[in-house]
Amino acid sequence: MSALVPAAPATQLAEARVARRETLRQLVRSKTLVSGVIIIAFWIFCAIFGYRVAPHDPLGLLYPQLNGMSSAHLFGTDQLGRDVFSRVLAGARDIMLIVPAATLLGIVGGTIIGLVTGYFRGFVDDAISRMVDAVLALPLIVIAVTVLVALGHSTGTLIVVIGLVFTPIVSRTVRAAVLAERQLDYVSASQLSGERAPYVMFVEILPNVMGPIIVEGTVRLGYAIFAVAGLTFLGFGVQPPSPDWALQIADNYQLLGTGTYWWTVLFPALAIVSLVVAVNLVADGLARVLER
Amino acid sequence: MARFLLRRFVLALVTLFVLSVLVFGASQLLPGDIGRNVLGPFASPHDVALLDHQLGVDRPIYAQYLDWIWKFVRGNLGTSLEYQVPVSTLLGPSLANSLKLAAVAFALVVPLSIVGGVYAALRRGRLPDRVITLTGLSLTAVPEFISAIVLILIFGVLLKWLPVSAAFPVDADFITQVYYLLLPGMALVMVLFGYIARMARTGTIDALESDYTRTAYLKGLTTATVIRRHVLRNSLLPTIAVIATQMGYLIGGLVVIEKLFNYNGIGQRIYTAAQNKDFTMLQSGVLVIGLVYLTATLIADILYSLLNPRIRYAGVE
Repeated sequence: MSALVPAAPATQLAEARVARRETLRQLVRSKTLVSGVIIIAFWIFCAIFGYRVAPHDPLGLLYPQLNGMSSAHLFGTDQLGRDVFSRVLAGARDIMLIVPAATLLGIVGGTIIGLVTGYFRGFVDDAISRMVDAVLALPLIVIAVTVLVALGHSTGTLIVVIGLVFTPIVSRTVRAAVLAERQLDYVSASQLSGERAPYVMFVEILPNVMGPIIVEGTVRLGYAIFAVAGLTFLGFGVQPPSPDWALQIADNYQLLGTGTYWWTVLFPALAIVSLVVAVNLVADGLARVLER
Repeated sequence: MARFLLRRFVLALVTLFVLSVLVFGASQLLPGDIGRNVLGPFASPHDVALLDHQLGVDRPIYAQYLDWIWKFVRGNLGTSLEYQVPVSTLLGPSLANSLKLAAVAFALVVPLSIVGGVYAALRRGRLPDRVITLTGLSLTAVPEFISAIVLILIFGVLLKWLPVSAAFPVDADFITQVYYLLLPGMALVMVLFGYIARMARTGTIDALESDYTRTAYLKGLTTATVIRRHVLRNSLLPTIAVIATQMGYLIGGLVVIEKLFNYNGIGQRIYTAAQNKDFTMLQSGVLVIGLVYLTATLIADILYSLLNPRIRYAGVE
């Protein structure tokens, strides 16, 4: 009997490794996930190197203005004579910085609050739940506009505002997962063996609720794109002269009424749509594999 | 059931209180002094102090909060810093306009997405299901200003079927108003369709897989009867809940849509108030939005409990 005891953790570890490899294999096989990852990788590349690989200066004013598509200007030029193709490539930078940063902030904050409220319950849980309800009663865009006006626009503020609004939403998901998890024997075992609450929360429970947290994270990424693009379109997000996609659309959409000059809006719009769809493909692929 | 509803009502009140504190707190984040912001950098310190005193912003914060919330409860939403008229005279008509637009959007999206969701569930895993689910999911994730621009291009510019501005003439009758609101309404439908259809689909699938549906089939009912009498009733319950929660998004979406279609609704009001730093308007406008959302979720809770026998009879959650 005593000889068997040390063997048990080793088999368990091996099983966990096999399970992890199996999960990874399923992820790589998922076509939706892989195609999403490829598109996102392309935009990450553009976010980093976009300014360098762009054929023209994304901010430079080249005449002629509002030229259609040609071999010199693949996507035409806008009303200030800037090259739309170069601007679409370089325009990935701001959104690809703000969106992941805001999401990460919301996930980390929400995970901590969700673990604490789900684990302790009682008064803290009730108080935080009311805060969550209050924040959820307002649309993200209204909260963001209010705070951005009070504090002034900056990339940093934008990240913090979106991250803070995401925090209670994420905490709700994490709390639900923790509530289910803390019923299980391993939590009581850990508590009975005298582990302190932070250890039980972060070392024992957290790894077991990572699945829902990752899925929530990818879903939040999609919402963050939605929010950042919408705020930028309203003039409360990324500021000119950035070649940001939503900013390009805001600058040029009024030209659409004439029926011409559609290229100034279509290509940045397609860029946003491709990013949004890619994030959703990844979210969907991950959810299918991690939540079965 | 009365206890359930009472509990929900009290919770909504508590949430509203927390919300009002948050909204009030956010307006305190404003750097500098309100009088200085209104009068500009060249006003004399005396004038600034006088205005601050008139506005009451030189008092302790809790006194300002109590004063604001007490007036708000009695329908006094303060005076707009920009227009120098009572906020309620501007906010009231705007809210009514927004509710009209929201009503058009809901009238379009609810039947469409329920039919779509239920149909997808009945064809689960086959082509119609995948098309509906994927389209809904993608449309939901695309920012509303993009779908709105696409709609404007197709129906406004190319086909010239619908007006590209939602600002209907002042004396427009009901039909004309709806006609002007169709395009912005459709833009909101694009975002909402995915959520509601997904809930309807999930609800229907759960109902299809349940024991009572199997029992209904086994006792010899036809498919049509089973779906109508047993599946739909149960599948539409979660759909009602999601429709209410989408009210929150809807009002946020209105900020963008109303600006794009130049429509004088509460979203446009909040947008201009934010741009012009009209803080009394902003504060009250945001709280009104919270109030609308909480009322909508409360109504949904009531509907839900009326329709759900498990709550109606048991009186527990």
